[in-house]
Amino acid sequence: MSERERPTRGAYGVLAFPVAMLVIFFLIPFGIMVATSFYHRVEGAFWTPAFELDNWERLLHPVFLERAVFSIGICLLAGLVCVGIAFPFTYFLTRMRRRAHVTLLIVVLSALSLSEVIVAFTWYILLGRASGVSNILVWLGLMNEPAAYQPSFVAVLLGLAYIAFPYCVLTLYPQLTRLDPELTEAAQTMGASPWRTFWTVVIPIARPIIVAGFLLVFVFTLGSYIIAFFLGRPEHWTLSVFIADQASAQANVPFASAMAIFLTLLSLLVVGVVGLIESRTRRI
Amino acid sequence: MRVFRAVVVTAVVLFLLAPLVVITVGSVNPSRYLQFPPDGFSLNWYGELFTDPGWQDSIRYSLTIAATSAALAVLIATPLAFVLRTYRIRLAPVIYTLGILPFMLPPIISALGMQVFWLSVGHVGRIENVIIAHAVFFSTLPLVTISLAMETMDRALPEAAQTLGADRRTTFRTITLPLLVPSMITGYAAAFVLSLNEYIISFLVAGFTVETLPVKIVNGLRYGFTPTIAAVAVVFIVIAATTFTLFAIFGNLMKFLGADPEILEKNG
Amino acid sequence: MTVEVRGGLRLEGVVKRFDEVTAVDGVDLELPPGKLISFLGPSGCGKTTMLRMIAGLERPTEGRVFLDGEDVTDRPAHTRDIGMVFQSLALFPHLNVAGNIGYGLRIRGAPKEQIAATVEELLKLVSLEGLGQRRIQQLSGGQRQRVATARALALEPRLFLLDEPLSALDANLREQLQVELRLLQQQLQITTIIVTHDQREAMTMSDLVVVMNAGRIEQLGAPLEVYRRPASPFVAGFIGRTNLLRGEAAGDGTVAVAGRPFDVAGGDTAAGDVTLSVRPEAAQLVVDGVPERNALPGTIVFVRDLGELFECFVDCGLDEPVIVAGSPRDWVPVEQGAEVAVRFPAEACVVVAS
Repeated sequence: MSERERPTRGAYGVLAFPVAMLVIFFLIPFGIMVATSFYHRVEGAFWTPAFELDNWERLLHPVFLERAVFSIGICLLAGLVCVGIAFPFTYFLTRMRRRAHVTLLIVVLSALSLSEVIVAFTWYILLGRASGVSNILVWLGLMNEPAAYQPSFVAVLLGLAYIAFPYCVLTLYPQLTRLDPELTEAAQTMGASPWRTFWTVVIPIARPIIVAGFLLVFVFTLGSYIIAFFLGRPEHWTLSVFIADQASAQANVPFASAMAIFLTLLSLLVVGVVGLIESRTRRI
Repeated sequence: MRVFRAVVVTAVVLFLLAPLVVITVGSVNPSRYLQFPPDGFSLNWYGELFTDPGWQDSIRYSLTIAATSAALAVLIATPLAFVLRTYRIRLAPVIYTLGILPFMLPPIISALGMQVFWLSVGHVGRIENVIIAHAVFFSTLPLVTISLAMETMDRALPEAAQTLGADRRTTFRTITLPLLVPSMITGYAAAFVLSLNEYIISFLVAGFTVETLPVKIVNGLRYGFTPTIAAVAVVFIVIAATTFTLFAIFGNLMKFLGADPEILEKNG
Repeated sequence: MTVEVRGGLRLEGVVKRFDEVTAVDGVDLELPPGKLISFLGPSGCGKTTMLRMIAGLERPTEGRVFLDGEDVTDRPAHTRDIGMVFQSLALFPHLNVAGNIGYGLRIRGAPKEQIAATVEELLKLVSLEGLGQRRIQQLSGGQRQRVATARALALEPRLFLLDEPLSALDANLREQLQVELRLLQQQLQITTIIVTHDQREAMTMSDLVVVMNAGRIEQLGAPLEVYRRPASPFVAGFIGRTNLLRGEAAGDGTVAVAGRPFDVAGGDTAAGDVTLSVRPEAAQLVVDGVPERNALPGTIVFVRDLGELFECFVDCGLDEPVIVAGSPRDWVPVEQGAEVAVRFPAEACVVVAS
């Protein structure tokens, strides 16, 4: 039975630097942002300190609410798509022989090393009319003439799924490698087909990690900026794009601040709610 | 089931590789446009990457910011991870949450917060702004890796050092710190790579004065594609893929990503 | 190495509480220097906690700790001049064998030559000559144990503490190292305390055994004495196996067990309820009739013939079957179901509780 020691003054001293950095360069900026959300926006320039609820009222306008609902919707969808594909993929991956296993890992990691900008850009090309997937289909004779699949909802969804996919795989990976193959073997000796085993044994056991993966993709895609910006029309933009647009192009920092606070609360709420559901419904 | 497996794996591999293929092809196309099939083969654009002063500046900015902010991130994370796991601090969960919060929230929030902050203190458009913003934002990564290392370290090791006459400081210096170095390096590498690729914070904080690579690429794309951009991406991919392959050969990639070696044996 | 005998230990009223759990519940202990002492007991009995308080890795909630007469209760571990082998061995993975053994000297700033010489000496002492440059990960379990021992002894501490040092090793290696450790201790005459839950280990190695249970000391004594004269049913049952017989003492040296008269070792006992402990190897099977005194009739329920010894489980109407053990020489041919009697010689009947 060993416990952590009681902190000495030296320990607090050592803690001072990192805590100071976090407070000064995260908490305080966040606080300033909260304050700014109440400020008065000045045309052309920035803002003047004030206390008005104009910016917060704008959050209740349909334009914004629509944006918010859309963002949540597309990110939830991206989560489902991502986990839906990443889970079976990772499951199969962990059961492969060493060479194939490691090679696939390298492919996944290489995709992860692409910056969001590059991903957005390449899918922009791939889904475009000039030299993308449709051109290949035409060449194969499956289509008459090339078409552009971006900007579109599907393009954004695809892009979001792509950047989140490697992270999803890496989250599922440790747990799925630990899934004892004897569990599935036992099920099969009791007469369950591989398909049945997958649904009735593997998925229930992996449920917590599936939820974790889903949550990860949701939060991650909520924060994505470039993908939605490049691959979608303004009606497909997520909140992050909207906020960035307000902060830079529209030069309306107070409104952007209000939205950012809203987005923060939303993210925390979602994580909290899902966590609660998970712990409540967890069967021993 | 077998069919399902083959379909899923093949589809995913094609899906993941598609952009990689496109960008590689685009980087060696002599003409300015990206097309299938390519006109020919040329490495001009790679050359331009290293001779054009605009790109050189961007590369320099990005590397400087990445190297410095990652180091700063580790400097923030190490004391946090060590103290929180060694001592009973009452506010430990709060402090730890504070440490992971910036990274967990959508980046636009940190980006906007930092922009507003630097504007308020009147210190605008400087490279330090980006460095500090990245350091705080990415400090979560080393915090997680180092915390994990502290968690899995045998508690008896520092105790053994104490029984051999080492006081707290000496124990940390000779035993704990050397054992934390691998996780510090991993955290540094992760923060470095992510900083190199990061866009929105760099843009909002100092996008017009300090043009990092991603910012330059996005600006470039607004005005039309140049294959030099593709060349940049390919360089990144090659570096990453090589690093991982080397790791897989000389190290244990599977274990590094969290696999349990014993159970892996059963799978062949 | 050193012949000066140091390391006299005294604990006064030591209590250790962790939140709601009391790990050590009031211990007074005085141990002579230069001996090998075992702290023996089941998991959770507080023996490791006591060792850690002696080492200075835990602070007593109440009570004082004295080393060689000095009150060291408030002194941190790194000033107490002790050497310790941990259950996980705690070898520093980033240092090689020589680095581990020489660590204590190195952080004191001792000159390189002295460190190298001491390391050589210690490697020889634990029969690991030539392995100084090996990495820890390349060593076998037994070799690691020896490195841990050498490291703990490098600074010539006055107290040598070991926390279940052999529990991770397989049986043969364990027995071999038990003997090695004992011989080493005798050679160095260093005060040694070993925490173990394996009573055979304690019996093999110790000069003194401290039997603990639920945070308290049940008995302190030489191994054979603790075995032959257990002070309580717990000690009797924990060390080796025993038959516990409940009965009433008449006050004149006899005890009635299940209505039958028993003479007991130790002469007179106060009248009242008592428990007798009789070791299985002392009990005897009797097939021709039931002796008048010190015997119980019964039926054989199980026979276990292990070749080198046998065990007979006899149902004598008590809570548990009586166990009679012996070597092939003592074997009386019986089978399951046979009606027999078990004889408990008076000198083997020890009163362990009243």
